[in-house]
Amino acid sequence: MALLTARNISLGYDSIPVAEGLNFHVDSGDYLAVVGENGSGKTTLIRTLLQLQNPLGGEIVLDDGLRKNEIGHLPQQTAIQKDFPASVREIVISGCQGRAGLRPFYTREEKELAEESMELMDISELAVKCYRELSGGQQQRVLLARALCAARKILLLDEPASGLDPSAAARMYDLIEKMNGKGIAIIMVSHDITAAVNYAKHILHIGDNIFYGTKEEYIKSEIGRAFIKEHRGGETA
Amino acid sequence: MDKIIIYMQYPFVQNALIVGILIALCSSLFGATLVLKRLSFIGDGLSHVAFGATAVAAVMSFADDMLLALPVTTVSAILLLKSGQNAKIRGDAAIAMISAGALAFGYLIMNIFSASSNLSGDVCSTLFGSTSILTLDRKDVWLCVLLSVFVLTVFVLMYNKIFAITFDEDFAKATGVRADEYNLIIAVVIAIIIVLAMNLVGALLVSALIVFPALSAMRLLSGFKQVMICSASLSVVCALSGILISILAGTPVGATIVAVDAVAFGIACFIGRASRGARK
Repeated sequence: MALLTARNISLGYDSIPVAEGLNFHVDSGDYLAVVGENGSGKTTLIRTLLQLQNPLGGEIVLDDGLRKNEIGHLPQQTAIQKDFPASVREIVISGCQGRAGLRPFYTREEKELAEESMELMDISELAVKCYRELSGGQQQRVLLARALCAARKILLLDEPASGLDPSAAARMYDLIEKMNGKGIAIIMVSHDITAAVNYAKHILHIGDNIFYGTKEEYIKSEIGRAFIKEHRGGETA
Repeated sequence: MDKIIIYMQYPFVQNALIVGILIALCSSLFGATLVLKRLSFIGDGLSHVAFGATAVAAVMSFADDMLLALPVTTVSAILLLKSGQNAKIRGDAAIAMISAGALAFGYLIMNIFSASSNLSGDVCSTLFGSTSILTLDRKDVWLCVLLSVFVLTVFVLMYNKIFAITFDEDFAKATGVRADEYNLIIAVVIAIIIVLAMNLVGALLVSALIVFPALSAMRLLSGFKQVMICSASLSVVCALSGILISILAGTPVGATIVAVDAVAFGIACFIGRASRGARK
């Protein structure tokens, strides 16, 4: 059974829909990219899948074996975090909080998991550094390491490369692919269509027209060709 | 110096110091969370509510003002935090409304019904802290110790959860942390702290006691745990010196403590800027 299935869901705020009639599913090990124009509801989709808000219609079915604390999340950065006094290690291990439940302190396994995640993201040498003094790319990798602590089965990413220079962005996508290679399913929202068709296995296009299918089908489809043509020029320039 | 040693032998000075240190310690711990969650204003609003409740309690001649002030403030804290989550602006406006309203009603009630002959003195001491910290009896001290132990226990047990929901509440929620419940507990604890701290520095100065040490520590240090430890020790040192100065110089206790806190903040700012400049 699929890890996560969306059946005819509608998204929006205050009963005003921004996207309607979405059907897709994510199996374990999948890599789904969500693309579409600004304001088409990409971030709303992520928030809905994370159950931070309710869908206006339809239903999201999680596989029986998928518990909420097995989901990881890489959000867009908030203003609060920009001047937050915390070390990298403190932030990364806070990703284990979901699995800690009511237990007040972290176990040795969780501390080791945090160290491994930092190593994987190549930020071990930054462990005691202050988060607010890092570069944008380093901050993103810290948040990804935190997501890795939380994600055992599925990881939802919201614009993982926004605000990064091209080399930092490429590095970010490589790291995400590495996590996907370890069997973690990825759902990634991105306005970077080039990266989406390079890395993802499936594409969900939302907006006036909706498309869901494999990457190859998307590249051949009319909607996919139009969107790629329109956006690729801008992205690479 | 001799003067201090002589004063230290009086039980009322010892009581004042014990209570002062405990309150300073408790209030500083949650300061960083409030500041970072952009909720510093809540401390201010709640202390005004506590003032209103104390006024009502005084008029109804309750045996202990805290019996009324504590539950009323707790309920307000929960309501304010809830409204603050739904919409930022509405929460802000709600605080302004509640705090001014509570202040006005508190003063009105005291004015109309008060049996005391020294009304303005009563009001002034509730707002700016009284010398009552120097007239505590054993029962007050024990109550304060009890509540402080409760606050400290909650803080230690919840430290990692507080960090998680302060840094990124959405992430915490999305990954299965029961953020709403924890926010509720934090609200209750903050209400307790405010009612406690009101005895020390008075309703209008409470938020300074909560916010100043945290802000100073954030100027100096960059880790969350370091900031917590630094703000707690700073707060205790400032309260201690504030109380001693006020005893020696005969200045009002609350205002003196807050003034010392403010001076410490100034120094922290200066050191923070200098060390950052040196690094560049």
